[in-house]
Amino acid sequence: MTTPILTLTIDGRPVSGLATETVLQVAGENGIAIPTLCFLDGLSATGACRLCMVEIEGSAKLHPACVTPIQEGMVVTTQSERLRSYRRAIVQLLFAERNHVCAVCVSNGHCELQDLARELGIDHIDFPGRYPALAVDASHSRFVLDHNRCVLCTRCVRVCAEIEGAHTWDVKNRGIRSQIVADLDTPWGTSTTCTGCGKCVHVCPTGALSEKGRSVAEMQKKRPALPYLVANRAEERR
Amino acid sequence: MKQIVIEPVSRIEGHAAIRLFLDEAGQVQDARFQVNQVRGFEQFVVGRPFFEMPSLTARTCGICPVSHELASAKACDQLLAVAIPAAAGKLRRLLNLGQLIQSHALSFFYLSAPDLLLGMDHPPESRNFFGLAAVDPQFARDGIRLRQFGQQVIERLAGRRIHPSWVVPGGVNSPLAAIARDAILAELPAIIALIRTHLDRFKQTLDCHQEHIGVFARFPSLFLGLVNDSGTLEHYDGRLRIIDAAGAPAGDDLDPGEYQQAVAEAVEPWTYLKFPYYRPHGYPDGMYRVGPLARLNLAARCGTELADRELAQFRALVSGPVLSTFHSHYARLIETLYAAERIEQLLAEPDILDARVRATAGVNNLEGVGIAEAPRGTLIHHYRVNGDGLIEWANLIIATGHNNLAMQRGILQAAHHFLDGTAIREGLLNRIEAVIRAFDPCLACSTHAVGAMPLVIELVGPDGTILDRLRR
Repeated sequence: MTTPILTLTIDGRPVSGLATETVLQVAGENGIAIPTLCFLDGLSATGACRLCMVEIEGSAKLHPACVTPIQEGMVVTTQSERLRSYRRAIVQLLFAERNHVCAVCVSNGHCELQDLARELGIDHIDFPGRYPALAVDASHSRFVLDHNRCVLCTRCVRVCAEIEGAHTWDVKNRGIRSQIVADLDTPWGTSTTCTGCGKCVHVCPTGALSEKGRSVAEMQKKRPALPYLVANRAEERR
Repeated sequence: MKQIVIEPVSRIEGHAAIRLFLDEAGQVQDARFQVNQVRGFEQFVVGRPFFEMPSLTARTCGICPVSHELASAKACDQLLAVAIPAAAGKLRRLLNLGQLIQSHALSFFYLSAPDLLLGMDHPPESRNFFGLAAVDPQFARDGIRLRQFGQQVIERLAGRRIHPSWVVPGGVNSPLAAIARDAILAELPAIIALIRTHLDRFKQTLDCHQEHIGVFARFPSLFLGLVNDSGTLEHYDGRLRIIDAAGAPAGDDLDPGEYQQAVAEAVEPWTYLKFPYYRPHGYPDGMYRVGPLARLNLAARCGTELADRELAQFRALVSGPVLSTFHSHYARLIETLYAAERIEQLLAEPDILDARVRATAGVNNLEGVGIAEAPRGTLIHHYRVNGDGLIEWANLIIATGHNNLAMQRGILQAAHHFLDGTAIREGLLNRIEAVIRAFDPCLACSTHAVGAMPLVIELVGPDGTILDRLRR
């Protein structure tokens, strides 16, 4: 059975996609950019960061494009003053939540959060910073986890569970107290499940995960070709 | 008792006030240079990975970030327990010399020249760089050009002029490009000529400043700085030497890791700037000075042709060490000439373009001390880390701190001389500020000890008696 092709409108443009595709995928295929942060091609989508929110005609609420399947006749708006204001607020709140000191960060100049701030024209933070006292876990022989720079996108959790199959990372607590943990909240260096593959480091959008020994602005992430890895493993299992 | 407060002290880097205490007859009894800003870097670097430290501590200052990067990286080299590649050492030296030029140009041309050229009594509204530019545009252009050259040396090596993140533990993160070397070399002859012009001009004005030379912190003191094995002027490496006012060594030369044998720090409740002193002499008798004047007093020679000729003339001013801090201006210009010549020497080294510029290693020592000569004087970074390489403790002793005791005494000396109990004119107070400017302090760099500053609250009755006193 073939997957039906649906037609819809995004930002006034008539477009089409497979019924299994999301608004984010179809927009991307048609060169329409929607900002994302937690989404990474090849990993399951969680709709956690809310940056890809779009307006859909007939619905009062906003919808995360990364987990919203397309529908026939759907009319989608990806850019509006309302969306821009929400996205700016989200990015500002991320900066206010932890200690994102770009100037002295290993990922300065190579950071997706920084890029988003630049794209959205954020030159100051309207919210008071929380400045939490968060630890740095440098117990691993090759990598460092700096909770101060973490945005809780859970890319590391997903890549470790879904691609590497180790599921070393997870999230403890809830809400503002949420924090990434290795195994059952042990220092990373003592984790019995971590294979040391480094995929988590390279999918991390910020300087939260970095290679040990990198100095300021030296951590350039090499995104692993996740869809390629997924396809190859599916092929091997067959 | 009457008080005169000069606040803010202008044309210095950072925020401070000068308080002069007069008796009923209007005679100066005491003077205090009070630094009223706090930075706290020693505290907030705790818990950070040491690999961040060169760039993190560089954020202390926009004028001398390179000095912090170098002292920090040298401390980190010790944590790695590596000897950095030879080319990396030379490139770090070059960077330091670029900064020396730009910072000395700032101090002399921008901050102090308005006093020296326009006069201490010039109306304060135009006693600044713009007023100077209106009177002598070529002087101002030369000052800007010299500072630009120094900044461009930094940019050509490290990618940006302010806060480059090029100096790393183990070396630097990229080699020097031939095109950058050639660009610097091409500009050097004109820069050296420019410096010589202004050095000659300054020397011709010395006679007019005899009164200032006599009372701008002119007193015997110890002098501290780095020295190398050949006895030439040193800004990046070597051992610590301390000499007395007669020029004799006050003790054995010390390795950087032994600095605490020479230097201890005291705190006073009325300023955020600590008071380092020479430990064997105690506090406050162990007053010493650092910076261009101290370095020239310590060095046997500069090691470059033109600067050595100038140093010979400088030495002829007095027998023994030059004691007046007014001559820091003179020393600064000689050092600027030296820096330009030394850059030329280093760029001619055959391995200066070597691609091997970084040693890599993990944490192999848990404690490291790095010392470099910042434009203002000796800069000490001392770290302790845990086994994972996270900072557990840091101590930063900044050049301005070393000079604190001498600055206090210097303003008192000038105040005694210029304020005689009669009319107090703005120009006289400016002379007292100018003493501080001669030290070229950077207060933004030097106030870090959060929690160490004792806070004292006094409840004072109308008759001046202290009724209650709380001390943290």
